[in-house]
Amino acid sequence: MRSKFPSKWLPYLLLLPTLALCAIFLYYPVIQTFRLSTYRAILMGLHRKYVGFENYVRLFTSADYLHSFTITFIFAVGVVVLGLAISLAIALLANHKIRGARIYRLLLIWPYALSPAVAGSIWLFLLNPTAGVVNYFMKALFGISPDWLTDGRLALLAVTIAAMWKNLGYNIVFFLAGLQNLPGEILEAARVDGAGPWTTFWRVTFPLLSPTTFFLLIMNLIYAFFGGFGLIMVMTEGGPNKATNILIFNLYQDAFRFHKWGLAAAQSVILFIMVVALTLIQFRTTGRRVHYGGQ
Amino acid sequence: MAASKRTAYWYRKRGMLLLLHVGLIISAFLISAPVLFALIKSTQTTAQIFSYPPTFAIGPAAPENYAIAWKDYHLGRLMLNTFIIAGAVTVGKTLMSLLAALALVYFEFPFKNLLFVFVLITLMMPIPVRIVPLFDLVRSFGWGNTHWALVIPFLASATGVFLFRQHFMSIPASLVDAARVDGIGPMRFLWQILVPMSMNTIGAMAVIQFVYIWNQYLWPLIIIASNEKQMIQIGLKMLTGAGPEGMLNWGVAMAGTIITMLPPLIVFMLLQEQFMRGFALAEEK
Repeated sequence: MRSKFPSKWLPYLLLLPTLALCAIFLYYPVIQTFRLSTYRAILMGLHRKYVGFENYVRLFTSADYLHSFTITFIFAVGVVVLGLAISLAIALLANHKIRGARIYRLLLIWPYALSPAVAGSIWLFLLNPTAGVVNYFMKALFGISPDWLTDGRLALLAVTIAAMWKNLGYNIVFFLAGLQNLPGEILEAARVDGAGPWTTFWRVTFPLLSPTTFFLLIMNLIYAFFGGFGLIMVMTEGGPNKATNILIFNLYQDAFRFHKWGLAAAQSVILFIMVVALTLIQFRTTGRRVHYGGQ
Repeated sequence: MAASKRTAYWYRKRGMLLLLHVGLIISAFLISAPVLFALIKSTQTTAQIFSYPPTFAIGPAAPENYAIAWKDYHLGRLMLNTFIIAGAVTVGKTLMSLLAALALVYFEFPFKNLLFVFVLITLMMPIPVRIVPLFDLVRSFGWGNTHWALVIPFLASATGVFLFRQHFMSIPASLVDAARVDGIGPMRFLWQILVPMSMNTIGAMAVIQFVYIWNQYLWPLIIIASNEKQMIQIGLKMLTGAGPEGMLNWGVAMAGTIITMLPPLIVFMLLQEQFMRGFALAEEK
């Protein structure tokens, strides 16, 4: 039992600003979102009518919304699988005690500070058919010049790669921290037993690292669901022909371009349920670790 | 015999070491290449940018491109706005989180854990899951199209409370006893003892928050209507949108992109040691 300061009211006073702002700007709007999702509300909420679950029924019977779901799923899987594989490989390289290790580490993680919109702007340029450099190499190496942002499937691939690239720094930071916290004796024992680097990685390092990997899996999924907005806005605006219309972009359009508040609120609730599910899974499996998203 | 064996091992190790360096250099290059390319092109004239095959040399148009982005696209104004907002939120969040963590670690009171969980649960409430009612609420306060809307709703921080609570719990408890014997009250204890001992966590917190606020997109896009009050990320869209002739000046667009990314990058570079150490401390062992 650690000793404490004796005051009955001071701790509440210290907590008050945080608790009040949480209640007003986080809990209250979330609760209101649930309520609003059962209304048909348009034109700044001037016309609202209780409709029960109608908004949800409309969403799940709408081909557009289901398409948006599929797109988001492909986008998220791409961001997670490519992102985790590449950043783990790089973190393994950077985890050696060699000369210049700190400089290498810095050069590998700095894209952490870039925004999705900046990433979008740069990749928009890289993929530009005339000024960009990607198609120059594509043509020189394979003799092709793909229409990155006018072909739907390629556009989805392009935003996936851009979003994945932007998050590499974040992933490498966590993989490096995870690798440095591995018990050295076990790795040493494997080496003494004559296990090669490949066997050591798959049999020892990878299983021991699984809490970090799982934590990053969840964080990357949440990033793919929410973090992609600025990037999509700059690169494709959900197009061509809704090919990159991920859920968050669809929500933005319904709420702030078409002013379908009730329908948008129902989409918020669906996203909320997804975040809650992912967070609970992460809490139960890897213990309490907070995500560093800036909330 | 033994000597040659040792030499063989040494060569193999040297070979591995070389391979490691090569691998790391290639990785660092590939990760940085998109930004390097943008940086080079931000210095070129339009003719150079559209030349075929592309040139990768520094061009002469840097002063012009950066000046156009800064003045004609008002990036200077947007940057000042974003600095004020990101600075205010970073400082405010850090202060509020310090106070809350002080209460949670150094006091005993009813419902303590419940209140901590109440704060922690807000991690599951990113802007998009409450955006429509939040938009309504903030406008009903008269904060539509004002900087209040970009600061006040962001001041409570579950991440901050969690990080500082975790860090305070790792500080020896005997410190409080010593402080109490010396007659030091809780507020002096916070400012004179805890804060100087928490510089890594404060540094990590500053990086996380500053980068997060600087890089925000959705919320400022909808709540700020006038361009002169807008944040810088939204300004990017003006740069990369097609210009009057449907042609876009990529040199200026990339100059603007570089300007936009610079401040959070500098904060990150300056505080990266604290950031990494703050992370390591927050890990649950």
